Amino acid sequence: MAGDALIEMRGVNKHFGKLHVLQDIDLIVHRGEVVVVIGPSGGGKSTLCRAVNRLETVESGTIELDGRPLPDEGRALAQLRADVGMVFQSFNLFAHKTVLENIMLAPVKVRRMKKDEAARRARELLDRVGLASQADKYPAQLSGGQQQRVAIARALAMDPKVLLFDEPTSALDPEMINEVLEVMRQLARDGMTMVVVTHEMGFARSAANRVVFMDDGRVVEDRTPEEFFTAPRSERAKDFLSKILKH
Amino acid sequence: MNVLLDNLSLYGEGLLGTVELTVYASLLALVLGFLMAAFRVAPVASLRVFGTAWVTVLRNTPLTLLFFAVVLGLPRFGLVLPFKLFAILALGCYTSAFICEAVRSGINTVPVGQGEAARSLGMTFPQTLGEIVLPQAFRSVIPPIGSTLIALAKNSAIAGAFSVVELLGVYKPLSERGYNIIWTFFWIAVGYLLVTLTISAIFNVLEKRFGVAS
Repeated sequence: MAGDALIEMRGVNKHFGKLHVLQDIDLIVHRGEVVVVIGPSGGGKSTLCRAVNRLETVESGTIELDGRPLPDEGRALAQLRADVGMVFQSFNLFAHKTVLENIMLAPVKVRRMKKDEAARRARELLDRVGLASQADKYPAQLSGGQQQRVAIARALAMDPKVLLFDEPTSALDPEMINEVLEVMRQLARDGMTMVVVTHEMGFARSAANRVVFMDDGRVVEDRTPEEFFTAPRSERAKDFLSKILKH
Repeated sequence: MNVLLDNLSLYGEGLLGTVELTVYASLLALVLGFLMAAFRVAPVASLRVFGTAWVTVLRNTPLTLLFFAVVLGLPRFGLVLPFKLFAILALGCYTSAFICEAVRSGINTVPVGQGEAARSLGMTFPQTLGEIVLPQAFRSVIPPIGSTLIALAKNSAIAGAFSVVELLGVYKPLSERGYNIIWTFFWIAVGYLLVTLTISAIFNVLEKRFGVAS
Protein backbone atom coordinates (compact mmCIF):
# COMPACT_ATOMS: atom_id res chain seq x y z
CA MET A 1 0.00 0.00 0.00
CA ALA A 2 2.69 2.46 -0.90
CA GLY A 3 1.74 6.09 -0.49
CA ASP A 4 -0.85 6.57 -3.26
CA ALA A 5 -3.68 8.29 -1.40
CA LEU A 6 -7.10 8.03 -3.03
CA ILE A 7 -9.24 9.45 -0.23
CA GLU A 8 -7.73 12.00 2.10
CA MET A 9 -9.73 13.52 4.97
CA ARG A 10 -8.15 16.19 7.12
CA GLY A 11 -9.68 17.80 10.22
CA VAL A 12 -13.23 16.97 9.20
CA ASN A 13 -16.00 18.13 11.56
CA LYS A 14 -19.77 17.82 11.45
CA HIS A 15 -22.64 18.29 13.89
CA PHE A 16 -26.19 16.98 13.83
CA GLY A 17 -27.72 19.63 16.07
CA LYS A 18 -25.80 19.32 19.34
CA LEU A 19 -24.30 15.94 18.46
CA HIS A 20 -20.72 16.29 17.29
CA VAL A 21 -20.90 13.36 14.90
CA LEU A 22 -17.51 13.79 13.23
CA GLN A 23 -14.71 15.22 15.38
CA ASP A 24 -11.47 16.22 13.69
CA ILE A 25 -11.37 13.16 11.48
CA ASP A 26 -8.08 12.45 9.70
CA LEU A 27 -8.22 9.45 7.43
CA ILE A 28 -6.29 8.34 4.38
CA VAL A 29 -7.36 5.49 2.13
CA HIS A 30 -4.77 4.31 -0.38
CA ARG A 31 -5.43 2.93 -3.81
CA GLY A 32 -6.23 -0.78 -3.68
CA GLU A 33 -6.78 -0.73 0.05
CA VAL A 34 -9.77 -2.23 1.90
CA VAL A 35 -10.59 -0.17 4.97
CA VAL A 36 -13.26 -1.51 7.30
CA VAL A 37 -14.90 0.98 9.65
CA ILE A 38 -16.40 -0.55 12.78
CA GLY A 39 -17.71 0.72 16.07
CA PRO A 40 -20.88 1.17 18.09
CA SER A 41 -24.02 2.61 16.50
CA GLY A 42 -24.19 6.39 16.49
CA GLY A 43 -20.42 6.63 16.45
CA GLY A 44 -20.30 8.44 13.11
CA LYS A 45 -19.35 5.53 10.83
CA SER A 46 -22.12 6.00 8.29
CA THR A 47 -21.74 9.76 8.30
CA LEU A 48 -18.04 9.36 7.60
CA CYS A 49 -18.80 7.05 4.70
CA ARG A 50 -21.48 9.36 3.26
CA ALA A 51 -19.23 12.41 3.60
CA VAL A 52 -16.78 10.92 1.10
CA ASN A 53 -19.20 11.47 -1.81
CA ARG A 54 -20.84 14.45 -0.17
CA LEU A 55 -24.21 12.87 0.52
CA GLU A 56 -23.45 14.50 3.88
CA THR A 57 -21.87 17.92 3.83
CA VAL A 58 -19.18 18.69 6.40
CA GLU A 59 -18.68 21.90 8.35
CA SER A 60 -14.92 22.14 8.39
CA GLY A 61 -11.88 20.28 7.19
CA THR A 62 -10.98 19.05 3.73
CA ILE A 63 -11.86 15.89 1.84
CA GLU A 64 -9.82 15.13 -1.26
CA LEU A 65 -10.47 12.42 -3.76
CA ASP A 66 -7.63 11.41 -6.03
CA GLY A 67 -5.92 14.70 -5.17
CA ARG A 68 -8.95 16.89 -5.93
CA PRO A 69 -11.04 18.54 -3.21
CA LEU A 70 -14.76 17.69 -3.22
CA PRO A 71 -16.65 20.27 -5.32
CA ASP A 72 -19.85 21.97 -4.12
CA GLU A 73 -23.20 21.06 -5.64
CA GLY A 74 -23.56 20.97 -9.41
CA ARG A 75 -22.06 19.25 -12.39
CA ALA A 76 -18.55 18.92 -10.96
CA LEU A 77 -19.89 17.10 -7.92
CA ALA A 78 -21.95 14.78 -10.12
CA GLN A 79 -18.83 13.96 -12.14
CA LEU A 80 -16.92 13.14 -9.00
CA ARG A 81 -19.72 10.94 -7.66
CA ALA A 82 -19.68 9.00 -10.91
CA ASP A 83 -16.23 7.76 -9.88
CA VAL A 84 -17.28 6.84 -6.34
CA GLY A 85 -19.58 3.84 -6.11
CA MET A 86 -21.90 3.54 -3.14
CA VAL A 87 -23.79 0.57 -1.73
CA PHE A 88 -26.50 1.35 0.82
CA GLN A 89 -27.91 -0.51 3.77
CA SER A 90 -31.40 -0.45 2.24
CA PHE A 91 -30.17 -1.33 -1.31
CA ASN A 92 -32.01 1.62 -2.90
CA LEU A 93 -32.48 -0.11 -6.23
CA PHE A 94 -34.72 1.97 -8.51
CA ALA A 95 -38.11 0.44 -7.79
CA HIS A 96 -39.67 1.28 -11.17
CA LYS A 97 -36.87 -0.23 -13.28
CA THR A 98 -35.83 -3.79 -13.94
CA VAL A 99 -32.57 -5.22 -12.64
CA LEU A 100 -30.92 -4.73 -16.02
CA GLU A 101 -32.22 -1.15 -16.36
CA ASN A 102 -30.98 -0.38 -12.85
CA ILE A 103 -27.45 -1.30 -13.88
CA MET A 104 -27.58 0.30 -17.35
CA LEU A 105 -29.10 3.62 -16.35
CA ALA A 106 -26.08 5.51 -15.05
CA PRO A 107 -23.61 4.28 -17.70
CA VAL A 108 -26.07 5.44 -20.39
CA LYS A 109 -27.15 8.72 -18.77
CA VAL A 110 -23.91 9.76 -17.09
CA ARG A 111 -21.17 8.09 -19.15
CA ARG A 112 -23.11 8.42 -22.44
CA MET A 113 -22.45 4.76 -23.20
CA LYS A 114 -24.42 3.19 -26.06
CA LYS A 115 -27.43 1.20 -24.88
CA ASP A 116 -26.43 -2.18 -26.32
CA GLU A 117 -22.92 -1.78 -24.96
CA ALA A 118 -24.31 -0.86 -21.53
CA ALA A 119 -26.68 -3.84 -21.62
CA ARG A 120 -23.84 -6.20 -22.54
CA ARG A 121 -21.71 -4.89 -19.66
CA ALA A 122 -24.68 -5.06 -17.28
CA ARG A 123 -25.19 -8.75 -18.11
CA GLU A 124 -21.49 -9.43 -17.53
CA LEU A 125 -21.70 -7.76 -14.12
CA LEU A 126 -24.87 -9.66 -13.24
CA ASP A 127 -23.06 -12.84 -14.13
CA ARG A 128 -20.20 -11.80 -11.88
CA VAL A 129 -22.52 -11.39 -8.88
CA GLY A 130 -24.31 -14.64 -9.77
CA LEU A 131 -27.62 -13.17 -10.90
CA ALA A 132 -27.53 -13.53 -14.68
CA SER A 133 -30.99 -15.12 -14.71
CA GLN A 134 -32.68 -12.25 -12.86
CA ALA A 135 -32.03 -9.47 -15.39
CA ASP A 136 -35.65 -8.79 -16.29
CA LYS A 137 -37.13 -8.89 -12.81
CA TYR A 138 -38.07 -5.86 -10.72
CA PRO A 139 -36.23 -5.25 -7.44
CA ALA A 140 -39.30 -6.11 -5.36
CA GLN A 141 -39.25 -9.63 -6.84
CA LEU A 142 -35.77 -10.35 -5.47
CA SER A 143 -34.59 -11.34 -2.00
CA GLY A 144 -32.61 -8.84 0.05
CA GLY A 145 -29.33 -10.57 -0.67
CA GLN A 146 -30.04 -10.58 -4.40
CA GLN A 147 -31.03 -6.91 -4.33
CA GLN A 148 -27.80 -6.00 -2.59
CA ARG A 149 -25.75 -7.94 -5.14
CA VAL A 150 -27.56 -6.06 -7.93
CA ALA A 151 -26.75 -2.82 -6.10
CA ILE A 152 -23.07 -3.80 -6.10
CA ALA A 153 -23.25 -4.57 -9.82
CA ARG A 154 -24.93 -1.20 -10.40
CA ALA A 155 -22.09 0.57 -8.60
CA LEU A 156 -19.46 -1.44 -10.50
CA ALA A 157 -21.03 -0.53 -13.84
CA MET A 158 -19.57 2.97 -13.47
CA ASP A 159 -16.00 1.62 -13.14
CA PRO A 160 -15.58 3.49 -9.86
CA LYS A 161 -12.20 4.35 -8.40
CA VAL A 162 -13.49 3.43 -4.97
CA LEU A 163 -16.55 1.66 -3.56
CA LEU A 164 -18.24 2.83 -0.38
CA PHE A 165 -20.31 0.29 1.55
CA ASP A 166 -22.67 1.71 4.18
CA GLU A 167 -23.64 -1.27 6.35
CA PRO A 168 -24.37 -3.43 3.29
CA THR A 169 -25.51 -6.49 5.24
CA SER A 170 -27.33 -4.90 8.18
CA ALA A 171 -30.77 -5.13 6.57
CA LEU A 172 -30.33 -8.74 5.42
CA ASP A 173 -31.61 -12.03 6.80
CA PRO A 174 -28.66 -13.91 8.37
CA GLU A 175 -28.70 -16.58 5.67
CA MET A 176 -28.23 -13.96 2.95
CA ILE A 177 -25.33 -12.11 4.50
CA ASN A 178 -22.70 -14.50 3.20
CA GLU A 179 -23.66 -14.27 -0.46
CA VAL A 180 -23.12 -10.51 -0.28
CA LEU A 181 -19.90 -10.76 1.74
CA GLU A 182 -18.56 -13.30 -0.76
CA VAL A 183 -19.05 -10.83 -3.62
CA MET A 184 -17.29 -8.17 -1.54
CA ARG A 185 -14.40 -10.52 -0.72
CA GLN A 186 -13.99 -11.21 -4.41
CA LEU A 187 -13.87 -7.49 -5.16
CA ALA A 188 -11.25 -7.04 -2.44
CA ARG A 189 -9.15 -9.83 -3.96
CA ASP A 190 -9.47 -8.14 -7.37
CA GLY A 191 -7.84 -5.04 -5.92
CA MET A 192 -10.85 -2.71 -5.66
CA THR A 193 -10.38 0.18 -3.24
CA MET A 194 -13.12 -0.17 -0.65
CA VAL A 195 -14.39 1.61 2.45
CA VAL A 196 -16.74 -0.70 4.30
CA VAL A 197 -18.87 0.29 7.28
CA THR A 198 -20.02 -2.95 8.82
CA HIS A 199 -20.71 -5.02 11.92
CA GLU A 200 -19.34 -8.16 10.25
CA MET A 201 -16.16 -8.84 12.23
CA GLY A 202 -15.42 -11.94 10.20
CA PHE A 203 -15.27 -9.86 7.04
CA ALA A 204 -13.09 -7.26 8.78
CA ARG A 205 -10.64 -9.96 9.87
CA SER A 206 -10.45 -11.75 6.56
CA ALA A 207 -10.70 -9.01 3.92
CA ALA A 208 -9.55 -5.75 5.48
CA ASN A 209 -6.11 -4.21 5.13
CA ARG A 210 -6.96 -1.81 7.90
CA VAL A 211 -9.58 -1.55 10.59
CA VAL A 212 -10.78 1.88 11.68
CA PHE A 213 -12.57 1.86 15.02
CA MET A 214 -14.89 4.84 15.54
CA ASP A 215 -16.70 5.94 18.66
CA ASP A 216 -18.34 9.26 19.61
CA GLY A 217 -17.39 10.81 16.30
CA ARG A 218 -13.67 10.08 16.63
CA VAL A 219 -11.30 7.62 15.04
CA VAL A 220 -10.15 5.75 18.13
CA GLU A 221 -7.95 3.15 16.44
CA ASP A 222 -6.65 2.71 12.91
CA ARG A 223 -4.59 -0.49 12.57
CA THR A 224 -4.27 -3.82 10.81
CA PRO A 225 -7.00 -6.37 11.63
CA GLU A 226 -4.59 -8.76 13.38
CA GLU A 227 -3.34 -6.05 15.70
CA PHE A 228 -6.79 -4.65 16.32
CA PHE A 229 -8.57 -7.90 17.06
CA THR A 230 -5.80 -9.54 19.11
CA ALA A 231 -4.44 -6.54 20.97
CA PRO A 232 -6.70 -3.46 20.89
CA ARG A 233 -4.98 -0.48 22.48
CA SER A 234 -7.92 1.57 23.73
CA GLU A 235 -10.25 0.62 26.57
CA ARG A 236 -13.21 1.55 24.37
CA ALA A 237 -12.20 -0.93 21.68
CA LYS A 238 -11.47 -3.66 24.24
CA ASP A 239 -14.91 -3.12 25.74
CA PHE A 240 -16.57 -3.15 22.30
CA LEU A 241 -14.79 -6.32 21.19
CA SER A 242 -15.48 -8.15 24.45
CA LYS A 243 -19.17 -7.48 23.96
CA ILE A 244 -19.46 -8.56 20.36
CA LEU A 245 -17.00 -11.43 20.22
CA LYS A 246 -18.44 -13.34 23.16
CA HIS A 247 -21.43 -14.78 21.37
CA MET B 1 -85.87 20.55 -23.72
CA ASN B 2 -86.84 23.39 -26.03
CA VAL B 3 -84.28 25.78 -24.63
CA LEU B 4 -81.48 23.39 -25.60
CA LEU B 5 -82.78 22.42 -29.05
CA ASP B 6 -83.70 26.01 -29.96
CA ASN B 7 -80.26 27.28 -29.00
CA LEU B 8 -78.04 24.35 -29.78
CA SER B 9 -75.40 26.47 -31.51
CA LEU B 10 -75.27 28.94 -28.60
CA TYR B 11 -74.81 26.11 -26.10
CA GLY B 12 -72.29 24.51 -28.44
CA GLU B 13 -70.22 27.68 -28.67
CA GLY B 14 -70.29 28.02 -24.87
CA LEU B 15 -69.27 24.43 -24.33
CA LEU B 16 -66.48 24.76 -26.88
CA GLY B 17 -65.26 27.93 -25.11
CA THR B 18 -65.16 26.15 -21.76
CA VAL B 19 -63.40 23.15 -23.26
CA GLU B 20 -60.80 25.37 -24.91
CA LEU B 21 -60.18 27.32 -21.71
CA THR B 22 -59.92 24.08 -19.75
CA VAL B 23 -57.57 22.32 -22.15
CA TYR B 24 -55.15 25.21 -22.73
CA ALA B 25 -55.14 26.38 -19.12
CA SER B 26 -54.62 22.74 -17.97
CA LEU B 27 -51.60 22.36 -20.23
CA LEU B 28 -50.15 25.62 -18.95
CA ALA B 29 -50.89 24.65 -15.35
CA LEU B 30 -49.29 21.21 -15.74
CA VAL B 31 -46.12 22.57 -17.33
CA LEU B 32 -45.75 25.40 -14.80
CA GLY B 33 -46.82 23.17 -11.90
CA PHE B 34 -44.17 20.51 -12.61
CA LEU B 35 -41.57 23.21 -13.20
CA MET B 36 -42.37 24.94 -9.90
CA ALA B 37 -42.35 21.63 -8.04
CA ALA B 38 -38.88 20.99 -9.48
CA PHE B 39 -37.84 24.48 -8.35
CA ARG B 40 -39.14 23.84 -4.85
CA VAL B 41 -36.99 20.73 -4.38
CA ALA B 42 -33.95 22.07 -6.30
CA PRO B 43 -30.51 22.28 -4.66
CA VAL B 44 -30.33 25.96 -5.67
CA ALA B 45 -31.73 28.25 -2.98
CA SER B 46 -32.88 31.02 -5.34
CA LEU B 47 -35.01 28.54 -7.33
CA ARG B 48 -36.59 27.26 -4.13
CA VAL B 49 -37.42 30.82 -3.07
CA PHE B 50 -38.95 31.55 -6.47
CA GLY B 51 -41.07 28.38 -6.39
CA THR B 52 -42.26 29.07 -2.87
CA ALA B 53 -43.15 32.68 -3.71
CA TRP B 54 -45.02 31.57 -6.85
CA VAL B 55 -47.16 29.12 -4.89
CA THR B 56 -47.74 31.44 -1.96
CA VAL B 57 -48.89 34.37 -4.09
CA LEU B 58 -51.05 32.45 -6.58
CA ARG B 59 -52.61 29.99 -4.18
CA ASN B 60 -53.66 32.71 -1.77
CA THR B 61 -55.10 35.18 -4.28
CA PRO B 62 -58.83 34.92 -5.09
CA LEU B 63 -59.11 33.86 -8.73
CA THR B 64 -61.40 36.78 -9.64
CA LEU B 65 -58.82 39.19 -8.27
CA LEU B 66 -56.16 37.45 -10.32
CA PHE B 67 -58.31 37.87 -13.43
CA PHE B 68 -58.56 41.61 -12.74
CA ALA B 69 -54.82 41.80 -12.16
CA VAL B 70 -54.09 40.08 -15.48
CA VAL B 71 -56.76 41.79 -17.60
CA LEU B 72 -56.16 45.29 -16.20
CA GLY B 73 -52.56 44.95 -15.07
CA LEU B 74 -50.69 43.39 -17.96
CA PRO B 75 -51.83 45.97 -20.57
CA ARG B 76 -50.20 48.64 -18.37
CA PHE B 77 -46.90 46.93 -19.05
CA GLY B 78 -47.61 47.05 -22.77
CA LEU B 79 -48.85 43.47 -22.96
CA VAL B 80 -52.16 43.55 -24.79
CA LEU B 81 -53.61 40.18 -25.65
CA PRO B 82 -57.07 38.83 -26.54
CA PHE B 83 -59.20 38.37 -23.41
CA LYS B 84 -59.28 34.66 -24.00
CA LEU B 85 -55.50 34.46 -23.75
CA PHE B 86 -55.55 36.55 -20.59
CA ALA B 87 -58.10 34.15 -19.14
CA ILE B 88 -55.95 31.12 -20.01
CA LEU B 89 -52.95 32.83 -18.44
CA ALA B 90 -54.81 33.65 -15.22
CA LEU B 91 -56.43 30.21 -14.92
CA GLY B 92 -53.25 28.36 -15.82
CA CYS B 93 -50.99 30.25 -13.43
CA TYR B 94 -53.51 30.04 -10.59
CA THR B 95 -53.98 26.28 -11.02
CA SER B 96 -50.24 25.66 -11.44
CA ALA B 97 -49.79 26.54 -7.75
CA PHE B 98 -52.10 23.68 -6.77
CA ILE B 99 -50.53 21.27 -9.27
CA CYS B 100 -47.11 22.18 -7.88
CA GLU B 101 -48.15 21.26 -4.36
CA ALA B 102 -49.75 17.99 -5.52
CA VAL B 103 -46.55 17.06 -7.37
CA ARG B 104 -44.40 18.05 -4.41
CA SER B 105 -46.43 15.85 -2.05
CA GLY B 106 -45.92 13.04 -4.57
CA ILE B 107 -42.18 13.66 -4.62
CA ASN B 108 -42.20 13.36 -0.83
CA THR B 109 -43.71 9.87 -1.06
CA VAL B 110 -40.61 8.60 -2.92
CA PRO B 111 -38.06 7.26 -0.40
CA VAL B 112 -35.04 9.56 0.03
CA GLY B 113 -32.76 6.64 -0.74
CA GLN B 114 -33.94 6.57 -4.37
CA GLY B 115 -32.63 10.07 -4.96
CA GLU B 116 -29.46 9.37 -2.98
CA ALA B 117 -28.73 6.29 -5.06
CA ALA B 118 -29.18 8.29 -8.27
CA ARG B 119 -26.94 11.08 -7.03
CA SER B 120 -24.31 8.63 -5.84
CA LEU B 121 -24.14 7.29 -9.41
CA GLY B 122 -23.26 10.74 -10.72
CA MET B 123 -26.68 11.71 -12.04
CA THR B 124 -27.38 15.45 -12.05
CA PHE B 125 -30.37 16.98 -10.30
CA PRO B 126 -32.52 17.13 -13.48
CA GLN B 127 -31.62 13.50 -14.30
CA THR B 128 -32.39 12.35 -10.76
CA LEU B 129 -35.73 14.13 -10.80
CA GLY B 130 -36.69 13.11 -14.34
CA GLU B 131 -35.47 9.52 -14.40
CA ILE B 132 -35.97 8.37 -10.82
CA VAL B 133 -38.11 10.57 -8.62
CA LEU B 134 -40.90 11.93 -10.85
CA PRO B 135 -41.73 8.58 -12.53
CA GLN B 136 -42.26 7.10 -9.07
CA ALA B 137 -44.05 10.20 -7.76
CA PHE B 138 -46.34 10.26 -10.81
CA ARG B 139 -48.48 7.36 -9.56
CA SER B 140 -49.45 9.04 -6.36
CA VAL B 141 -50.15 12.45 -7.91
CA ILE B 142 -52.65 11.29 -10.55
CA PRO B 143 -55.76 11.53 -8.31
CA PRO B 144 -55.01 14.96 -6.79
CA ILE B 145 -54.08 16.39 -10.20
CA GLY B 146 -57.40 15.08 -11.56
CA SER B 147 -59.28 16.93 -8.80
CA THR B 148 -57.31 20.10 -9.45
CA LEU B 149 -58.10 20.07 -13.18
CA ILE B 150 -61.79 19.50 -12.46
CA ALA B 151 -61.67 22.56 -10.23
CA LEU B 152 -60.00 24.42 -13.09
CA ALA B 153 -62.81 23.48 -15.50
CA LYS B 154 -65.38 24.91 -13.10
CA ASN B 155 -63.26 27.97 -12.29
CA SER B 156 -63.19 28.80 -16.01
CA ALA B 157 -66.73 30.19 -15.52
CA ILE B 158 -65.13 33.34 -14.10
CA ALA B 159 -63.76 34.10 -17.57
CA GLY B 160 -67.36 34.71 -18.68
CA ALA B 161 -67.38 37.88 -16.57
CA PHE B 162 -64.44 39.13 -18.67
CA SER B 163 -66.26 38.81 -22.00
CA VAL B 164 -64.77 35.45 -22.90
CA VAL B 165 -67.25 33.06 -24.53
CA GLU B 166 -67.79 30.11 -22.20
CA LEU B 167 -70.58 27.89 -20.99
CA LEU B 168 -71.93 29.78 -17.99
CA GLY B 169 -72.22 33.01 -19.98
CA VAL B 170 -74.81 31.33 -22.22
CA TYR B 171 -77.51 32.11 -19.64
CA LYS B 172 -77.36 35.87 -20.32
CA PRO B 173 -78.73 35.98 -23.89
CA LEU B 174 -81.16 33.17 -23.05
CA SER B 175 -82.68 34.90 -20.05
CA GLU B 176 -83.01 38.06 -22.14
CA ARG B 177 -84.97 36.03 -24.66
CA GLY B 178 -87.31 34.94 -21.85
CA TYR B 179 -86.45 31.25 -21.54
CA ASN B 180 -87.10 29.46 -18.26
CA ILE B 181 -84.06 30.19 -16.11
CA ILE B 182 -84.16 26.79 -14.36
CA TRP B 183 -83.95 24.84 -17.63
CA THR B 184 -81.35 27.23 -19.00
CA PHE B 185 -79.10 26.46 -16.05
CA PHE B 186 -79.98 22.78 -16.10
CA TRP B 187 -78.45 22.37 -19.55
CA ILE B 188 -75.45 24.51 -18.55
CA ALA B 189 -74.91 22.17 -15.61
CA VAL B 190 -75.13 19.19 -17.94
CA GLY B 191 -72.45 20.83 -20.10
CA TYR B 192 -70.11 21.22 -17.13
CA LEU B 193 -70.77 17.62 -16.13
CA LEU B 194 -69.75 16.57 -19.62
CA VAL B 195 -66.40 18.33 -19.20
CA THR B 196 -65.68 17.25 -15.62
CA LEU B 197 -66.78 13.64 -16.14
CA THR B 198 -64.50 13.46 -19.17
CA ILE B 199 -61.59 14.65 -17.02
CA SER B 200 -62.53 12.07 -14.36
CA ALA B 201 -62.62 9.33 -16.99
CA ILE B 202 -59.20 10.31 -18.37
CA PHE B 203 -57.67 10.25 -14.90
CA ASN B 204 -59.34 6.93 -14.06
CA VAL B 205 -57.66 5.44 -17.10
CA LEU B 206 -54.31 6.99 -16.16
CA GLU B 207 -54.64 5.66 -12.63
CA LYS B 208 -55.38 2.16 -13.88
CA ARG B 209 -52.49 2.35 -16.30
CA PHE B 210 -49.83 3.82 -13.98
CA GLY B 211 -51.29 3.84 -10.49
CA VAL B 212 -50.93 0.26 -9.31
CA ALA B 213 -48.09 -1.47 -11.12
CA SER B 214 -45.26 -2.98 -9.06
